[in-house]
Amino acid sequence: MTELSPFVILIAAIFTNNILLANFLGMCSFLAVSKKIETAAGLGAAVIFVTTATTAINYGIYHHVLTPLGLTYLTFIVFIAVIAAFVQFVEMFVERFSLGLYHALGIFLPLITVNCAILGASLFMIIRNYTFWQSVAFGFGGGVGWTLAIVLIAGLRQRMRYSDVPVPFRGVAIAMVITGVMAMAFMGFAGMVRIQ
Amino acid sequence: MALLLPILVFGGLLVGLTIALSLAERVLINYGVCKLDVNNGDREFEVDGGQTLLSALNESKVFIPSACGGRGSCGHCTVTVLSGGGPVLPTETPFLTRVEVRQGVRLACQVKIREDIRIKVPEEILNVKMFAATVSANHRLTHDLVETHMRLDEPTEIEARPGQYVQLQAPAPEGPVYRAYSISSPASVKDEVELVVRLVPGGIASTYIHGLEEGDQVIFTGPYGDFRMNEEPDVDIVCIGGGSGMAPLKNLVHTVTARWPERKCWLFFGCRTTQDIFYLDEFRELEKKNPNFHVVYALSDPLEGEEKWEGETGFIHLSVDKHLDVSDRKRQAFLCGPPPMVEAVMKVLEGKGFKPEDIYYDEF
Ligand SMILES: Cc1cc2nc3c(=O)[nH]c(=O)nc-3n(C[C@H](O)[C@H](O)[C@H](O)COP(=O)(O)OP(=O)(O)OC[C@H]3O[C@@H](n4cnc5c(N)ncnc54)[C@H](O)[C@@H]3O)c2cc1C
Ligand code: FES
Repeated sequence: MTELSPFVILIAAIFTNNILLANFLGMCSFLAVSKKIETAAGLGAAVIFVTTATTAINYGIYHHVLTPLGLTYLTFIVFIAVIAAFVQFVEMFVERFSLGLYHALGIFLPLITVNCAILGASLFMIIRNYTFWQSVAFGFGGGVGWTLAIVLIAGLRQRMRYSDVPVPFRGVAIAMVITGVMAMAFMGFAGMVRIQ
Repeated sequence: MALLLPILVFGGLLVGLTIALSLAERVLINYGVCKLDVNNGDREFEVDGGQTLLSALNESKVFIPSACGGRGSCGHCTVTVLSGGGPVLPTETPFLTRVEVRQGVRLACQVKIREDIRIKVPEEILNVKMFAATVSANHRLTHDLVETHMRLDEPTEIEARPGQYVQLQAPAPEGPVYRAYSISSPASVKDEVELVVRLVPGGIASTYIHGLEEGDQVIFTGPYGDFRMNEEPDVDIVCIGGGSGMAPLKNLVHTVTARWPERKCWLFFGCRTTQDIFYLDEFRELEKKNPNFHVVYALSDPLEGEEKWEGETGFIHLSVDKHLDVSDRKRQAFLCGPPPMVEAVMKVLEGKGFKPEDIYYDEF
């Protein structure tokens, strides 16, 4: 995989291999916090920060500590500890600098800890044997892709408040449907670049 | 060794992360000392940032009502924040009207102090003090009511109007809570506060009060409440209540009859059964001595077996309807009891010619 430039991976992670729309990771907070663009963007920013930082740190730990010492069987527990610490940090940060966002995100901010998109990004980086810069690009792109998806859906859901959605479809049901439609739309990017 | 290595690696990682987080906490959660300005420079305090406005105010000896003890569930701790309060939080919106939000009204227990802050509170709140007192008696009035006397230790005197209440501190597992209790001792008694408290099954404060014994130390803040009795002697006073609503009515009746013996004063009180009757003999005695005072008790449940009762029966609003006449005399009414009672009595009073602004009520 070393031949792919980090930039290609970045683009791929945002569009063709969108972690949410192609892999369907990180769905729970995606559905819960996609009612308003501002909060969705806030959560997205937190996810971008956490995925980027944790892929970088996890890369270092995996390749320079766990592999040389033959401790790769500790991968999951180590990755999860790193992610948890980062989310804790982000929570402090958001509480300090944006109390409104802090309360709007509520329980979903600490729940980034178990957002599968984030652990997913770290695990893909290992499975696909990325180099350091490829990993960072993938982590950042994965976060941006997730944010793009949640903000787009939030925009649609915000408008949908004024449209006449059939009663049985209101709420999460229609959000699932439009997510599916949007995933199909993103398939249009598929020919652009390929990673896997 | 094979076992030690993974433990060391993982342990080292956790230690590293913990150190990093602790440092981040130091830097991020430290807001330093902030200025708290109350009523445009009337009072100024230096308080530690990071705490809630409610606890900063308490620390500065400005006691605002806070029945739930800062959990954001009572909505009593409102203050107007002029600057430095940050955005209104979702935990506050259920308690605030849109007009209030526009005026900057906030729940003090939800506002976190992160910078210099300027607030406005009603002038009266600045007179509220914290009292340390000793229980001097705790009598049982009925199966679920006690009359609690608290002798003031520090400060030694309280200046309260009839209808006002104090907030008693009660210990609870997650820290002390405060609950409102109307003062039942007349305004002329200044060195003691008397309460009449009903036991709410499972209730934190009422259970605590029912268990108090002579000599126990208690803490309360007060006085609170904006009821003002009409002080003109030719205005009749009509007190109506039920259940634990007796406390402020007893205070009003004694204050009025002592200060203006020639002033007309009514007391209507609703009970369920003969077991719930209390203070009736005392009020009958007063009625004998003072022809301008009238007391009417009514029982809402049917009598059992051998019981005797020569007073009124049915819900209390029926007795009010029977005894008060329609007139345009100046009269002021004070209602205190459960919401359905208050609602029914309001209707009757309006039919009798009371103006809405002359009817004051406390629901509990
Ligand atoms: C201005 C004012 C004056 C008051 N004056 C008096 C007074 O003179 N005498 C008096 O006995 N009480 C009075 N109260 C009520 C008192 O403040 C408490 O609400 C009551 O004693 C219950 O508190 P607790 O801590 O025991 O119960 P909590 O621990 O708060 O509650 C226990 C359970 O009871 C319910 N509950 C809470 N409050 C009430 C209530 N009032 N009625 C029915 N259920 C309730 C709760 O929902 C909960 O399920 C007054 C209240 C106000 C606002
Ligand atoms: S103290 Fe009860 S809501 Fe603030």
